[in-house]
Amino acid sequence: MTEEKHWLTRPQTIRVLWRVFVAVLALTVLAELAVQHDARFEVEGWFGFNAVFGFVACVALIVVAKAIGVLLKRPDTYYAEKDRDRSA
Amino acid sequence: MPDWLSHPGVVLIGGALLVALLRGRARSAAALLVPLAALGMIWTAGEGVLWRAELFGYEVTPFAVDGLSRLFATIFAVMAFGGALFALNQSNRIELPAAFLYAGAAIGVTFAGDLLTVFVFWELMAVGSTLVIWSANTELAYRASVRYLMIHLLGGMLLLIGIAGHVGDTGSLAFVAMAPDSVSHWLILAAFLVNAGAPPLSAWLPDAYPEASWSGMVFLSAFTTKIAVYALMRGFPGAELLIYVGLTMVFYGIVYALLENDMRRILAYSIVNQVGFMVTGIGIGTEMALNGAASHAFTHILYKALLLMSAGSVLYMTGKRKCTDLGGLFQSMPITAACGIIGALAISSFPLMSGFVSKSMISQAASDESLFIVWMLLAAASAGVFLHAGIKFPWFVFFQKDSGLRPPDPPVNMRLAMILFAALCIGLGIFYEPLYRLLPYKVEYEPYTGMHVVAQLQLLLFSGLAFFVMLRWLQRTLTITLDLDWLYRVLACAAVSSASNGVAGTDEMMRRWVTRWTAALSRQVRRLHGPQGPLARTWPSGSMALWMMVMLLAILLAGYLS
Repeated sequence: MTEEKHWLTRPQTIRVLWRVFVAVLALTVLAELAVQHDARFEVEGWFGFNAVFGFVACVALIVVAKAIGVLLKRPDTYYAEKDRDRSA
Repeated sequence: MPDWLSHPGVVLIGGALLVALLRGRARSAAALLVPLAALGMIWTAGEGVLWRAELFGYEVTPFAVDGLSRLFATIFAVMAFGGALFALNQSNRIELPAAFLYAGAAIGVTFAGDLLTVFVFWELMAVGSTLVIWSANTELAYRASVRYLMIHLLGGMLLLIGIAGHVGDTGSLAFVAMAPDSVSHWLILAAFLVNAGAPPLSAWLPDAYPEASWSGMVFLSAFTTKIAVYALMRGFPGAELLIYVGLTMVFYGIVYALLENDMRRILAYSIVNQVGFMVTGIGIGTEMALNGAASHAFTHILYKALLLMSAGSVLYMTGKRKCTDLGGLFQSMPITAACGIIGALAISSFPLMSGFVSKSMISQAASDESLFIVWMLLAAASAGVFLHAGIKFPWFVFFQKDSGLRPPDPPVNMRLAMILFAALCIGLGIFYEPLYRLLPYKVEYEPYTGMHVVAQLQLLLFSGLAFFVMLRWLQRTLTITLDLDWLYRVLACAAVSSASNGVAGTDEMMRRWVTRWTAALSRQVRRLHGPQGPLARTWPSGSMALWMMVMLLAILLAGYLS
């Protein structure tokens, strides 16, 4: 490749970005200690609830999507082919 | 006789004609000034019923203003302005006039005080939006627009029958709050939900919108689904069914967007997802929930338009729309990428972004009403929004692998439109008071409490962690995901063609029988009566005398025996 890799795409930068990201994640969980809870539901009071819930919900959504994909995914030429078959 | 030019919707529709006739700079000037004029009129119109007339013995009020209608009309006019700015360099000359007709009709619905006026503008919207899709001038767009029009004409028909029934039941055309308690009200509700993109008829949206041009989809994202939200808010606030419909839409949008490869189809599924939040809010039906739904419609129009402008710019500059063909564009399109990211953060409801101050009111309403399951599902869905739109869209378009494409940022009008909407997305997230003052009910809600901010950040950032941890599961493939439109695009076609095959087959079989039978019959006749047939031969007279004698003997015998 002739072009110098953009600094944002270099492996060193990406390693740093991951570290910063993990630090920010830890901070958002710890910040919970500093704020006042005005929870209506019990779960809202559990420490780190939103962090765990957000992560688990997203993993679950990805798994569900994957499962639905197994059943319902088709090549993106699917409808074009159907149209061609019909006009043929 | 009302003063026709005092209605902002009529002015915008008139502006469509003007823009269609003008050329060059005059056209650009008109395209920008007409929406601004409409916006000014929306704000100077007084509250209350401004036009009143009698039609076939019923009172119609085509121009009635209140807080809710002004809120929606305002955002529609802003959208018409931003969309026109973005589309100034669109070479197709029909698209912008069609979009103005579409936007003007949407404003017409918001100011309609009676159901008949709602219906007329409702159908005009279907016409305008279909023309916008047609303007893409591709075979795919044409086919999609026909499917789109079929669904919307069906919706319009349901609406008209429902209105007729409602008038028959109540004797009034006034557009007031109803409940799903009679056949006609169910029909009206169904018609509204068709436009909202609610299941089972939701596939029209991701089917048709992404076939529009790079600028066309920006307009399409704003009006049809949000007018449905407006109509549901006015017509069916607090109808419990809407909670379930809304939650279904929310998760349908996420799951299908996660599987999608076309960048604008991802955003189309995400429209269904976002409208789902609003519909859920309308179903909860408290003042807090309705304020949340209304403000979310307002902020959604801005950030979704921004996302689609960003995607439209990529499409305009590269001609590519699939995530598998894109990537690494942040290097050469920094403004487009930055605006796309701002739109993505706004849709994800990051603190300091417009989505945060609106969507959180819907969750708060669920919490206030102690709807625990609804509240949990809304929280999960909020995380899911970041997953399917907030990260997925910018990541696959502007980052991921390097596609090698190095297009520059788009022309200046497109950049300006993006920057304007990005500024509005951030501005409304910080200075939310003016928006809150526009809402239909008094707002007693503070979005920026420590707990709200921390909870939302945890939810979103850990959703981001899930995205990058599971990235291998999310790699894009050259696929689409079947939706219920398969029923009318494949199954119904197959049923029709097998039925017509069946008719043709039966017809052929019967023809074969008839020919076979007539052939056999004519063979038989020929055998008996033909030149050599037994009945046509010349018989010797001796044999006739013999047979006569046999017969006479037989008669004699019979005579003796009897």
